[in-house]
Amino acid sequence: MVESRVDKQADEQVDVLIIGAGASGAAAAWNLAETKMRIVCLEQGEWMNPSDYPSTTRDFEARSFGEFSISPNNRGRITDYPINDDHSPIKIANFNGVGGGTILYAGHYPRFHPSDFRVRSLDGVADDWPIDYETLAPFYDQDDQITGVSGLVGDPAYPAHPPKNSLMPPLPLGRAGETVARGFNARGWHWWPSDSAIATQPYEGRDRCINLGACLSGCAQGAKASTDITYWPAAIRAGVELRTRCRVSAVTVDDNDRATGAIYFDADGVRQHIRAEVVVLAMNGVGTPRILLNSTSQRFPNGLANSSGLVGRNLMFHPYASISGVFEEAQDGYRGPIDCLWSQEFYETRDEHDFLRGYTFEMTRGRGAVMTALGGMASGRIPWGAAHHDAYRALHNRITGMVAICEDLPEAHNTVTLDPHLKDSDGVPSPRIDYTLSENSRNMLDHAVARATDVLRAAGAVDVLSESPLAVGGWHLMGTARMGTDPETSVVNEWGRSHDVKNLFIVDGSVFVTSAGVNPTRTISALALYITDSMKQRLANLFD
Amino acid sequence: MNSENIISSDGPLSAVQQRMLRRVLQAMIPPSEVHQVPGADDPTIVAAILMAGAQQLPLLTPALDALHTYIETSNDSAGQDRAAESQDLAVEWFREQHPEIAGLLMALTIQCYYRDDRVMASLDMEPRPPFPQGYEVSDGDWSLLDPVRARGPIYRPTNNS
Ligand SMILES: Cc1cc2nc3c(=O)[nH]c(=O)nc-3n(C[C@H](O)[C@H](O)[C@H](O)COP(=O)(O)OP(=O)(O)OC[C@H]3O[C@@H](n4cnc5c(N)ncnc54)[C@H](O)[C@@H]3O)c2cc1C
Repeated sequence: MVESRVDKQADEQVDVLIIGAGASGAAAAWNLAETKMRIVCLEQGEWMNPSDYPSTTRDFEARSFGEFSISPNNRGRITDYPINDDHSPIKIANFNGVGGGTILYAGHYPRFHPSDFRVRSLDGVADDWPIDYETLAPFYDQDDQITGVSGLVGDPAYPAHPPKNSLMPPLPLGRAGETVARGFNARGWHWWPSDSAIATQPYEGRDRCINLGACLSGCAQGAKASTDITYWPAAIRAGVELRTRCRVSAVTVDDNDRATGAIYFDADGVRQHIRAEVVVLAMNGVGTPRILLNSTSQRFPNGLANSSGLVGRNLMFHPYASISGVFEEAQDGYRGPIDCLWSQEFYETRDEHDFLRGYTFEMTRGRGAVMTALGGMASGRIPWGAAHHDAYRALHNRITGMVAICEDLPEAHNTVTLDPHLKDSDGVPSPRIDYTLSENSRNMLDHAVARATDVLRAAGAVDVLSESPLAVGGWHLMGTARMGTDPETSVVNEWGRSHDVKNLFIVDGSVFVTSAGVNPTRTISALALYITDSMKQRLANLFD
Repeated sequence: MNSENIISSDGPLSAVQQRMLRRVLQAMIPPSEVHQVPGADDPTIVAAILMAGAQQLPLLTPALDALHTYIETSNDSAGQDRAAESQDLAVEWFREQHPEIAGLLMALTIQCYYRDDRVMASLDMEPRPPFPQGYEVSDGDWSLLDPVRARGPIYRPTNNS
């Protein structure tokens, strides 16, 4: 058993152990802090220093391919773990450090819709969630306050009740936003300024966005709400201890099927054990099943909390298509945040579609000079030789477009397992991803590319570039420890507690039942707040 | 920084490899008088490429040597350098025979070329990092939302909403 491998006498004891300091770990820590329990969070990565972010240097675009790459395999920091994603057309993107993926995220911050929690009832596919939109609504509101969400009230794609308030005005439309908006208007299709986790006014000590245009490699201005500058400072002030460079290899258990803590490797690679009354997993939809599957024991030979056999199954990304138009008039180019507007015209199932469910168009404002040249040369639009310069100039500041975020339905054969060979620098087995794109997703992607092309042409595009599925786009990691009321068909219950191990909770995207057709982080944070609130409500009989 | 010296005296490439590299870079992005920009074989840009690609040089050098051999063996019996007469042919051969290396070199070159002061100036970009000044983006015409508002709700009701 895992437990027998450690020296109990030497172990430190805490009340709550949170593993992972990204979006969900931060929200969980902040929300539990008021209990005044002894809470420790172990995070394998480090604190970020915003003055080191690429946008502070001239080679900022080049650095986004190296130490700030969205791919852990390219980045290869000591704080990263390699991932075998050779068996997936969509490659994993993440960041390992305080703030987790929010360090690199775009901050596009939509909520789920009420219908997203009722997929089986409405469309006869996948499963309904065991909770509904109304249950999460107050936690969305709470997260909005801490995160600081900009946007515009009144989006017709969302119900007016319960209201979705906005705390700051929307990000600027800019020239590119106007162009794309005109395209949608020409087709008579929905669009609305995006809800965004980017401050457009000074907010809680953070300054407003100054249009650096480098959101995906960390916001040096601090306008983008990564959780290292939102939840974490507040959680730490309230008494939570966050320890960096601590990589957990397994959750330990006793003979009564209770989690007893975790084994981890500290910055010196020394193996430690920390004991805890409650263990909260927040390592994301790949990291959490990896560690559960690595936590084997006599009682749990197939991994912890895995009596259903569903740990690591039903991995959902959002298959992305990227569709960009080239315009004769200058757009915003390298200036401004990626976020701008969204369209949910094709969000819901329709009889005339050859796919179920739907997608969001998320506008992507523009490209930097290097990305413009790289994309242009890779697609053959910019040649080698004397014609290079004119061809480049036809694209420079002239590209804008969108991505389609397609709802991915859960399929048991899309998995996170332990790779038999690959290991991280501490010798912990790495995850292996096996994922195939379903016919439903393919049809949806094709539909999205065709409709986006319509919009861009209507807006005046002289050329349209697309990539589908977007290979680098495995940034939304969901479904690998799903939530449900039935222990045979789910890993955690309707408030995030493991069916098998009554003091083990999961708060990250692993618990998603379905993926919806929107970016997940606002829902991940709201769920982490909801689950930890449920824990607080039940403190007296938490393990019953 | 005198980048010419770095390349020629202390550089990681032999003189022949340097010549081959410049030949490929020149073919990739030649200088332009119209746009007032240097070519990618400009010494400052080459130095930046070598610095950025230091780790990948072991991959690059065999391909540059192969290019040199190709050019040498393309000389006809009269000793004329046919490949040199037709630079494009040699570089085309290089791209066909070593597509991955050509791709790598292209990526490195682009990353360095498009942050060169002269190139940025020619594109009306200020030669500086984005932070701390940032950039201006116009707020835009919000009346574009009028038709969306006029159309009214489009969300899908559930039993609860
Ligand atoms: C490039 C990019 C763009 C994105 N854009 C958006 C967007 O616009 N909108 C949106 O909603 N979402 C976006 N996302 C996704 C968003 O970042 C994630 O949804 C979110 O961060 C997930 O939160 P999480 O808590 O589940 O996991 P994470 O934020 O990934 O945090 C997990 C943490 O756990 C730590 N960890 C993992 N394993 C261990 C271990 N064994 N021991 C100790 N610590 C461990 C990791 O280091 C990490 O810090 C983007 C992501 C990327 C990479």
